[in-house]
Amino acid sequence: MFDEILTIFLDGAIYASWLFIVALGLTFVFGVLKILNIAHGGIYALGAYSTATLVPIFYSLGMPEELVVLAMLFSALAVAIVITPIMERVILRRFYGQDEVLIVLVTYAIYLVLEDVQKIIWGMKSFYVSEPREILGAVEMGSLYYVGYDLALIGLAIFCGLALWLSLNKTKSGKIVLAVIHNPEISGCMGVNINKVYLAAFFVGAFFAALAGSFTAPLISVQVGISVAVVIESFAVVIIGGLGSIPGAVIGALIIGMARAACVHKLPEAEIFIMYLCMAGMLIFRPKGLFQGAQARKI
Amino acid sequence: MTHKFYNNLIVQSIFLMSVLIIVGLFIPNWLVFVITKAIAYGLVALGIVTLMRGGLVSFGQGFVFAIGGYTAGLLGTQAGLTDAVLLLFISFLFTGFVGLIFGPLLARYRDIFFAMLSLAFSMVLYGVLIKIDAIGGSDGFVLPESTYFGILPSSDYADYALYVVSIILTGIVSVLLRYYYNSTPGLIALAVRENELRVEYLGASAFRVTVLNFTIAAGLGGMGGALNGIALGHIDPEFSYWTTSGEFVFISILAGYLSVPAVFLAALLLELVRSFSGRYFPDTWQLILGVFLILSIIYIPTGIGSFFKKFMDKLNKKKNE
Amino acid sequence: MKTFRHCLIFVSSILISLFSVFGSANADGHKEFKLGVVTFLSGPAAEPFGVPAWNGGKLFIDLLNAGNAPAPYDKVGFGGMKITAIPIDESGGATKQVQEFRNLVQRDKVDAVLGYVSSGDCMAIPSVADELKALTVLYDCGTPRVFEDASYKYVFRTAAHAAMDNIAIARYLMGKGYDVSSIAGINQNYAWGKDSWKDFNVSIKKLSPNSEIKNELFPKIFAGQYGTEISALMNSKAKVVHSSLWGGDLQSFILQAKPRGLFKRTQVVFSAGDHVMPGLGNKYPEGVILGARGQYGMMAPDTALNRWFYKAYMDKYGVFPAQPPYRMVQGLMGLKMAIEKAMDNNGGKRPNKDQIATAFTGLEWEAPGGLVQMKLGNGHQAIQPHAIGKTVKDKDGNITITDIVRYSANCVNPPNGIKAVDWIEAGFPGSDCK
Repeated sequence: MFDEILTIFLDGAIYASWLFIVALGLTFVFGVLKILNIAHGGIYALGAYSTATLVPIFYSLGMPEELVVLAMLFSALAVAIVITPIMERVILRRFYGQDEVLIVLVTYAIYLVLEDVQKIIWGMKSFYVSEPREILGAVEMGSLYYVGYDLALIGLAIFCGLALWLSLNKTKSGKIVLAVIHNPEISGCMGVNINKVYLAAFFVGAFFAALAGSFTAPLISVQVGISVAVVIESFAVVIIGGLGSIPGAVIGALIIGMARAACVHKLPEAEIFIMYLCMAGMLIFRPKGLFQGAQARKI
Repeated sequence: MTHKFYNNLIVQSIFLMSVLIIVGLFIPNWLVFVITKAIAYGLVALGIVTLMRGGLVSFGQGFVFAIGGYTAGLLGTQAGLTDAVLLLFISFLFTGFVGLIFGPLLARYRDIFFAMLSLAFSMVLYGVLIKIDAIGGSDGFVLPESTYFGILPSSDYADYALYVVSIILTGIVSVLLRYYYNSTPGLIALAVRENELRVEYLGASAFRVTVLNFTIAAGLGGMGGALNGIALGHIDPEFSYWTTSGEFVFISILAGYLSVPAVFLAALLLELVRSFSGRYFPDTWQLILGVFLILSIIYIPTGIGSFFKKFMDKLNKKKNE
Repeated sequence: MKTFRHCLIFVSSILISLFSVFGSANADGHKEFKLGVVTFLSGPAAEPFGVPAWNGGKLFIDLLNAGNAPAPYDKVGFGGMKITAIPIDESGGATKQVQEFRNLVQRDKVDAVLGYVSSGDCMAIPSVADELKALTVLYDCGTPRVFEDASYKYVFRTAAHAAMDNIAIARYLMGKGYDVSSIAGINQNYAWGKDSWKDFNVSIKKLSPNSEIKNELFPKIFAGQYGTEISALMNSKAKVVHSSLWGGDLQSFILQAKPRGLFKRTQVVFSAGDHVMPGLGNKYPEGVILGARGQYGMMAPDTALNRWFYKAYMDKYGVFPAQPPYRMVQGLMGLKMAIEKAMDNNGGKRPNKDQIATAFTGLEWEAPGGLVQMKLGNGHQAIQPHAIGKTVKDKDGNITITDIVRYSANCVNPPNGIKAVDWIEAGFPGSDCK
């Protein structure tokens, strides 16, 4: 009995951590720029691909195995550095101040483009980088083996969430971002360079998207089409938690992760449905999600 | 007198409809089919345009699109009802009714929240549809061939028969919508778009107008879904998937909210671009479609409809001079 | 005014470019056979199925057009007609495929369509194909229901349906004396996964009535994350775990389950497990029992035809062919044989599609994977021999397949006129396993 609860809890926590890392960038970009970035899934896939390309290079240079995390971080950073100017400066910036839904549509178009860009750069091959998953070995928990890397994802999720939350709330530049979130016009009048804030926020969002891809790459076969499911899953997390809220994303990821793990173990028939059920329940009782604050009406 | 006669909306529409019906006899079969499909998509987009006039964009019209399609499909397979006109009409009424139920729930929200909530509803429906094996689960199911007032056309004329029905339907819907847009609630919707609070202070109900618009949009979406299902002869949960909804939004943005015919033109344009890029660039059609979307949003942000409207304004100005 | 001009230029340039492309594509000769080929070129099913299948198809079509294939396929193209293939992407769902199919038939006026990996597409296309009177060859999809629930005049499936895969695995487990006292399954939540699991567990229960189902998991397709499922499977302590996962899902499942010891603790069987071997290489686990949906790839029979095809594919792409290219080539061969037979019956003139359909019905031909016989569905559905094997590391450390057992077509396929599920539930009456 205790064994089973432990298993459900661990499985749920691992899955929730993954969901949280995937959704974090999405909710942050929405919070600051008010853009629901459908291309988030595409950036995630680029992160996975770039890790699948860079990690073998890293090994072939004879670098110590334990430092492979640096290669993964670097590949995520590289994706964010390349993609941010193209997406934010060249394309999205034209649409600031226009209808938010128009921007969603633009990101949808970018998502379509990114799908084929992956194909053009990396071809139809699948890539495997399971090596980083081996460095932490396996851990015995109850009657089961868990892979250390999977458990480390929980730590990574906590670290990412805390880092973003602290830098927003405890640093000066973070507070400037909060001010822009609250009211971009007034912040602009007070001398904040809003364009810079937007660029930086988008960069952070893209980095987290790519990071999610980088750390998922060792778990999966990296190939065309891995971004579709991510779009909907991260979307479900932010809908449940409330668009733009970091604590919301934590709760959203935990709800889906735990509910899904409990289903797989106790009621497998309901598994496919549970995510949508959580989403529907939330929509009916709290349509703006758990952590959606009140909004001032503007006359 | 004659001047007025030509300016009459109904006369214009009947003229345009008969031209299209006659043209349909001479164009190749595939184009007849593509136009029918474009009309199906156009009807859904027209629903979004109706909402857009009130300042809202639904990113989840796949929801009603699927309900309409499944209504027509289930009536066909379970109840043996195959009359295309009747199926379209019932789907319209039924999804309109569904819209009336969900409308008040969604009408409280604005902007991106409205878009996202409607998208979430469509994804929930998608989750339900792939789960129900009795109606084909993820595979969907095949619809029986449709009849027209008791007549089952031979397969050479089936496409044309549906084409005629959809042209006539579109004509009627377009005229009725134009009258609705010019009616009191239709005009209030435009005011809501500009400033909702002021509308409320003036004594009109923005909520009511939004629910009404949502209901109309739902009915149109359902009819489009039914038409699409009947035309293709197959229905699956993909109708409710977010990518399908995205296409509808794109059509309505490409068309803009100023002109009804522009919506159908935009739908046709998207249909042609998609099908030709799929045909000649099977490996990179998504890239082409994506670039097409971005470019058209950048270069015609107010939609094809603005071009129509300017043209009409100029014509009227000349007449007045 | 600026937007006005932009808009005008934009719309007209698109229309002009579209119609000029279309206009130029309309020239066709009389000595040409236009073949629409529909398979996955994007999305998650492209890398495992669509692309290798089309690679095999392209290679074979080129060889046919050059007249470089061995007998009895040595005639140029299809009966002297050069083949022009029009590839179309299969992704986007069944409804989109119906539309693409209509475009191929009505706009491109293809002479035949060969395609469809997804069962959903295979359920949707046949009724349209018959309505448009378009010759259609389903080359890959698995669902038995296509010709069990309906019959079509112009539609043929040139590969056996999925029931065979799972019946053969059940027979293999019994024949080799594995412990099947408890079984569990992980299959995708759609027609393919559900049908596969049902065929497997009913077969096992027929052959070993005391067997008990411990766990049935149906993750959604393209889930990608199986940590929780792996825990549940290992907790169930079932002796045999069955899975019909494919493509990226199967690869991800293997990568995630291997370090957790699933393959060491339980006997895992993959009903369609071979097609990810070229990609995974030595990451593929040892001791897994697997089928290839026919005698394909490493389990192909040692015939001259197979040696020729295996080598041609290996030379061109540098990797061995798994099931997808075999199945597409098998379909092309069937179509070629049908056309040439119809041509002979027509006095050497180009046959029409009714004549081809008549010739196709009940046809038999020798493919690299063995003899294909159109025996089910009143001559529209193929049966073929099957093989099951087990993975092992050879002395160089490479994963290969040993302990291969071959099953005749009549041993693992139902006779004409009885549904696969009913046949299994009745205890395989009339099966012939020599």
